Amino acid sequence: MIELQAICKTFKVSKRNAGFKEALTAMLTKEYDYIKALDNVSFKINDGEMVGYIGPNGAGKSSTIKIMCGILSPESGSCVINGRVPWKDRIKHVNEIGVVFGQRSQLWWDVPVVDSFELLRDIYKIDEKVYKGNFEKLVTLLHIEEIIRTPARQLSLGQRMRCEIAASLLHSPRILFLDEPTIGLDAVSKIAVRSFIEKLNKEEKTTVILTTHDMQDIEALTKRIILIGKGKILLDGDLEALKRRYKGQKKITVEYASGSLYLSDGLSLVNSLQGRAVIAVDTNVISVSDAIAAISKNLEVTDISVAGATAEEMVVSLYEEYHI
Amino acid sequence: MKKYASFFRIRFINGLQYRAAAYAGIFTQFAWGFMTLLMFWAFYKSESSSFPMSFSQLSSYIWLQQALLALFMAWFFENEIFETITSGNIAYELCRPTDTYYMWFVRNVAVRLSKVVLRSMPILLVCVFLPSPFGITLPISSKAAFLFILSVLFGFLIMVAFNMLIYISAFYTISPMGIRILAVSLTELLSGAIIPLPFLPDGLRKVIELLPFASMQNTPFLIYTGFLTGTEVINKIILQIIWVIGLFVLGKCLMKNALKKVVVQGG
Repeated sequence: MIELQAICKTFKVSKRNAGFKEALTAMLTKEYDYIKALDNVSFKINDGEMVGYIGPNGAGKSSTIKIMCGILSPESGSCVINGRVPWKDRIKHVNEIGVVFGQRSQLWWDVPVVDSFELLRDIYKIDEKVYKGNFEKLVTLLHIEEIIRTPARQLSLGQRMRCEIAASLLHSPRILFLDEPTIGLDAVSKIAVRSFIEKLNKEEKTTVILTTHDMQDIEALTKRIILIGKGKILLDGDLEALKRRYKGQKKITVEYASGSLYLSDGLSLVNSLQGRAVIAVDTNVISVSDAIAAISKNLEVTDISVAGATAEEMVVSLYEEYHI
Repeated sequence: MKKYASFFRIRFINGLQYRAAAYAGIFTQFAWGFMTLLMFWAFYKSESSSFPMSFSQLSSYIWLQQALLALFMAWFFENEIFETITSGNIAYELCRPTDTYYMWFVRNVAVRLSKVVLRSMPILLVCVFLPSPFGITLPISSKAAFLFILSVLFGFLIMVAFNMLIYISAFYTISPMGIRILAVSLTELLSGAIIPLPFLPDGLRKVIELLPFASMQNTPFLIYTGFLTGTEVINKIILQIIWVIGLFVLGKCLMKNALKKVVVQGG
């Protein structure tokens, strides 16, 4: 169980204008900005839940993860995970969590992956039997049998990421933090990683907290999302409910040979190119079939398609709605 | 304890891989040792009585210095540790149930030891057979040999504990380069890596000998060559122990303080 209450964290950031003169003045007097990375952040995550933690760059996602890992201590507020305060009881706490930072590596660069695993076994004092079991399972599920004896430096990003995930689960943690685990991966690796995470959550009841910019990750994996922007929690709820909220919006993409575009009430132009237009439809005002009829009245349509709002667009409109 | 031991093992074995670097190192160290000795030889030929050490003691000092270079080289740092701090990769290390100070300490010890294992023996073996007074002489007694080994151990720990302070400084500055260059030059001069400390002017030398730098390579080498004897040896070893503890405690405190307000940089 993870419980955060009114967590605040401020960072001091030095700033100066560009230019030589400015650089010289900065040597004498330095100006600082105080940036509120986290502002009154509270949420609760139960055991076995899978939560998508989303927000634009710089919103405070990583800071929250770092606080929950015990790396960063907040100025105020409380955070209790499995009955412990992470940064106060760091060593005991980290035994129960696994972390994957998608942009960093925990594998030793110049030794075979399996050596890194064995080092982790000793570091976490994993029982030999448990280690063997976890090792076998992770290696098969993540399809890394072939690459486990290769030094980490010779692996592709997708291969390495699968090894990273395996490495963070060797000590059977109860909570897994995934900070952008699919960043930079190709489609095949992404799907492999996703289906593994899903399985892990279902079968092992591991609590998973996932931050990502990839909305397909969110759609495929999580039921609940927490949206953070400028350090504040803006939304905490069901992904389905959110989808329903945006159900009233459809998009029509139309390709035409000739004619001019006429927009009636409830239609708005998203973008248009020579012979191609994307039109947003507010279904509360005009039905889809009426919209198609209205559009095709003055156009010689060659192709037309209708789509609902994707998770990606929902997030964009959420960001717009909250001005972040 | 086991986690640090197995970390030591993986780093040590990894260090042993670099054979070619070791051969090149041995060659360089021979060349360097000979050049230094020839330079001193020129001075000694003009007036040998005005120098504090006999030429044969000096030869032993220089060859020990070359053979054990990997233990006491001031400029050697694990760049990965600096990178870990400046790039923010330290996030992973802090997510482990380990003490980061000990992990880095063990890592430095392992790398330096793996280097010295490959390099020291060939150099010492050849130097024993060099014609006197250019070769290395055996220690004056078995007691001196024992105290030498003990003193090498403490000197080595002081060296690594001092390295740790430089790594930790990276938490406090954005780029550790400045402190690093300053620290390396100071250590080189004050530890007797450039010229043995007995060659320095008396007043200055008395102050320098109290600093931790003098306790690094200077003390064990002077014990080996018989330059230090009797109670002097014991006093110097006690001073070494004080510095081992002092630098260790200082490093631990600074590290603890740094981690308390650590800002892991980047995403």
